[in-house]
Amino acid sequence: MKGYKIIVLAKQVPDTRNVGKDAMKADGTVNRAALPAIFNPEDLNALEQALRIKDKFLGTTITVLTMGPGRAAEIIREGLFRGADDGILLTDRAFAGSDTLATSYAIAQTLKKYGNYDIIIAGRQAIDGDTAQVGPQVAEKLGIPQITYAEEIQSIENGKVTVKRRLERGVEVVKCPMPLVITVNGSAPDCRARNAKLIMKYKHAKTVTELQVANDDYIQLYNDRPYLNIKEWTVRDIEVDMNELGLNGSPTKVKKVDNVVLQSKGAKVITSSDEDINQLMSELIENHTIG
Amino acid sequence: MNSVFVYCEIEEGQVAEVSMELLTKGRALATELEVKLEAIAIGYKLDGIEKDIFPYGVDVLHIADDKRLAPYTTLPHTSVVVKLFEEEKPQIALMGASSIGRDLGPRVSSALHSGLTADCTSLVIGNHEDKKLDKVYENLLYQIRAAFGGNIVATIINPDCRPQMATVREGVMKKEILDPKYKGKINKLDVSKYTSDMDFVVEMIERHMEKSKINIKGAGIIVAGGYGVGSKENFNLLFELAEVLGGEVGASRAAVDSGYVEHGRQIGQTGTTVRPKLYIACGISGQIQHRAGMEESAQIIAINTDPEAPINSIADYVITGDVAEIIPKMIKFYKANTK
Repeated sequence: MKGYKIIVLAKQVPDTRNVGKDAMKADGTVNRAALPAIFNPEDLNALEQALRIKDKFLGTTITVLTMGPGRAAEIIREGLFRGADDGILLTDRAFAGSDTLATSYAIAQTLKKYGNYDIIIAGRQAIDGDTAQVGPQVAEKLGIPQITYAEEIQSIENGKVTVKRRLERGVEVVKCPMPLVITVNGSAPDCRARNAKLIMKYKHAKTVTELQVANDDYIQLYNDRPYLNIKEWTVRDIEVDMNELGLNGSPTKVKKVDNVVLQSKGAKVITSSDEDINQLMSELIENHTIG
Repeated sequence: MNSVFVYCEIEEGQVAEVSMELLTKGRALATELEVKLEAIAIGYKLDGIEKDIFPYGVDVLHIADDKRLAPYTTLPHTSVVVKLFEEEKPQIALMGASSIGRDLGPRVSSALHSGLTADCTSLVIGNHEDKKLDKVYENLLYQIRAAFGGNIVATIINPDCRPQMATVREGVMKKEILDPKYKGKINKLDVSKYTSDMDFVVEMIERHMEKSKINIKGAGIIVAGGYGVGSKENFNLLFELAEVLGGEVGASRAAVDSGYVEHGRQIGQTGTTVRPKLYIACGISGQIQHRAGMEESAQIIAINTDPEAPINSIADYVITGDVAEIIPKMIKFYKANTK
């Protein structure tokens, strides 16, 4: 058994689910700097599905691919701590302002260059945009099938993957030949915890830029322990048409952004006392809202 | 002039609710732009389907009818839509933000190199001036959606690429028949010309579809709980109140993510949009994705320990306090007043 080559597409996102009070500025707008950056939750579900394939099929390798700023190397390390084998950070100023189409183009070009994949697994969507578009768009650009809303990769046999999908109103089981793109739902099992041995092994894994900043003798390190080298790719490492990247390559433009500032419509404020609740319920019954 | 297109989802021979809502919106946009509204129905045994589609004011209905096209699978439906759009060059294309539309939409947009905005809450026609290029774009589709976890509302446009594509969730747009006798043209597609054998590599092994059992969309009274409810046990109080009032229980995404209730009850941008006559928000802070799904409720009661909770700004009644204390009182005094 030779195992499978799996790429996990992951994104580092601001934790928009925990927008607390300190994350809002006095004018009611979001203070983005106050939000912690995390491994996109459904990408962790995707990683778990990849790890389960690795558990079952000896020789399977998992590569975490992420596109983002330099600090996004953090989630590649996070992936290594949980059982991934290596990672690629795709980072370049040319990607700034990319919409989902320009993003999927950059990722698809990277995958074409990297080659060597049987299954590409990603989270269904990222919590900072909730679009669920990049997975299917990468599949289209690579000319391979996609299975979205996956909850469980049930089996791999004779070059075909059987996947259970969790849809809005039901369940489907489909069988699809490799290579393919699978996007995984949040309803899939959570990702396993970090592994203590792997933390020891990979805690010094760094991109070239991180090594330069840390002023480490990275050439020596790379020679001694190549697995500590997180690949850092820029547009020069992949073949791209620059017009397809970043703002230029994005058909959608943001015309306007309104920060959500709340203005009270003047609610009746009542207490939890018996009198107040009694008054409220009889008022609602009187005006035929209830009863 | 180029038309407005709506992709109609078909489930067991029926046009999906969300598609009828989009046909209604599509008709309004087409009328404003003075162009035709066209629809596309892909499936099997679609004879007579036009009776459910023309009344929304559809001028042309394209039908791809083939045994292999039902149930929905990604590749053949993508091929049909992409080829048809290449021929017809619509200026606007709308799909449901459903398991189908969110699978199909991105694939089609990638093939056509056109923009796609997911989960729009509002679609409006407007102009755009590009000062850098000194150019005015007329009659673009403003695709309005919440982003960044609901903390901002963004207006998205596609100035140069067509079609301008958007997905919209069920319940966001209103469904309204234009004219029961409206007559459009039918264009039957030769499926073999629009698909290839390679499109049928994915096999359907099993399929179980359920009719949504929980009817929060049609409920007149909704008792909804958020993360602040605190536990699955406390949610039982909400079920009790809902039963006493003859309503349904809804939930915020945070409550669903925490496992307090099932996903079918989720209200908001990534759940169902509701417009009940009474909405009781319990322990819901009220981020915009949630508010987007309930702010059109006729009356809103907000129960929250936090007097500054954002939900309070759209509420008619604000009760500051503990859900576990207040709900039993509401049940008690409702019963006392209706005796």
